Amino acid sequence: MIKLITTNYFEMTAIILFGIGFMNILLQDNLIKKFIGLNIMDTAIYLYLVSYGYISNRTAPIIREGNWQYVNPVPSGLVLTGIVVSVSMTAFSLALVQRLYKRYGTLSFDEVIKKLRSGEAQNGSES
Amino acid sequence: MTYNSSDNHESKWEKFFKWVNGEQALDSVWEKELKSKILGKRQKRHKSIEDVIDKINAQSKKIYIFFSIIITVTYIGILLYTAVLLPEHGNELNPTNNEVSQRYVENGVNDTGAVNAVSAMILEYRAFDTFGETVALFASIICVAILLKKDRSNLCPQEEREYIEDEKILNADGNGILKFTSRLIFPIVILYGVYVILNGHISPGGGFSGGAIIGAGLILYSAAYGDKNLKHIVNYNSFSKVVCGCLLVYFFSKGYSFFTGGNHIKSIIPKGTPGNILSGGLILPLNICVGAVVACTIYGFYSYFTKGDI
Repeated sequence: MIKLITTNYFEMTAIILFGIGFMNILLQDNLIKKFIGLNIMDTAIYLYLVSYGYISNRTAPIIREGNWQYVNPVPSGLVLTGIVVSVSMTAFSLALVQRLYKRYGTLSFDEVIKKLRSGEAQNGSES
Repeated sequence: MTYNSSDNHESKWEKFFKWVNGEQALDSVWEKELKSKILGKRQKRHKSIEDVIDKINAQSKKIYIFFSIIITVTYIGILLYTAVLLPEHGNELNPTNNEVSQRYVENGVNDTGAVNAVSAMILEYRAFDTFGETVALFASIICVAILLKKDRSNLCPQEEREYIEDEKILNADGNGILKFTSRLIFPIVILYGVYVILNGHISPGGGFSGGAIIGAGLILYSAAYGDKNLKHIVNYNSFSKVVCGCLLVYFFSKGYSFFTGGNHIKSIIPKGTPGNILSGGLILPLNICVGAVVACTIYGFYSYFTKGDI
């Protein structure tokens, strides 16, 4: 078991990073920091997947003749998909945050909820 | 804001149709009435209700923080214990390195003609997946445009002030270092992006990474010189034409597998010699399409977030 702790440190790091991102989402009040936490979670998952595709003493899957020793190419494709989806989700959510800021004049999630409940939304730029 | 909450005589359906047509916001219809009723009653009963609510909020906040820490710690503990029990990192006998990846590595060159196994996988074996990814990017840029597009002739006073200040900053002669450096770097960045896109099937890279590099170059140029010089090439018309055209080309070359099913590796396009730049069948044109979409999307994000227009 102790041997596995020393060899599986990529997965351990990915899980700890995931926890940091999760705590960010739960505890940060600022909405932009919440989405930074979401991006940290994404990064942790990429690290996890890529570390699973890795095989020691093998090269990147650019195939040359006479060499059949390559790392697993499947997780690389998965990570590519993940990066694209994460970029589009981040852009969309940041656009929503910008609209929210224009409407309520604050980035704090609690303040937004408070203003929503008391019904005093600032009219901002909407004419 | 043009909420007309005074006329309460409309039926619910009329209000709903007005909301669908965009003439009236929904919260003015239902929420305001409800809130005025509830709050009015509450304020009559308890004058110090806000203090009570604040107290409850502070208490529940503490409970929330406590429980979120406990939940995260247990969650991470379970996951860490699982990570210890997982098979060894980097061992070639791991169950993840099964016949799937073996088949992609061994038969990829013969099936597709592309040397890069990852490119062969995402643009030939699983081309419809990549089509979905590209459409996701397209959908997100459409959403950002819907949310952030500004009308230049219809700005509120604060936005107009910001716009004038931005123009002043751009026209000032202050950022000489940025202008000089970007003049040096911009052609190299674009050239490198084109290289990465065109060599996607014979070296690491491909449409997504090359498109991101070209988009970053366009952002650099736009940040240094403003969008006036770039407007001749990158404007709304060319943007929509390029993105929609590339998506349509991709769909007509690979989208038929949504209807026919099965793998569609056999095509009439010759595969060429593996390792040459004109090899890999449809992978090179598909890489170019994906790269164009990604470059336009990245630059579109930047310009919508900064200027509210493209």
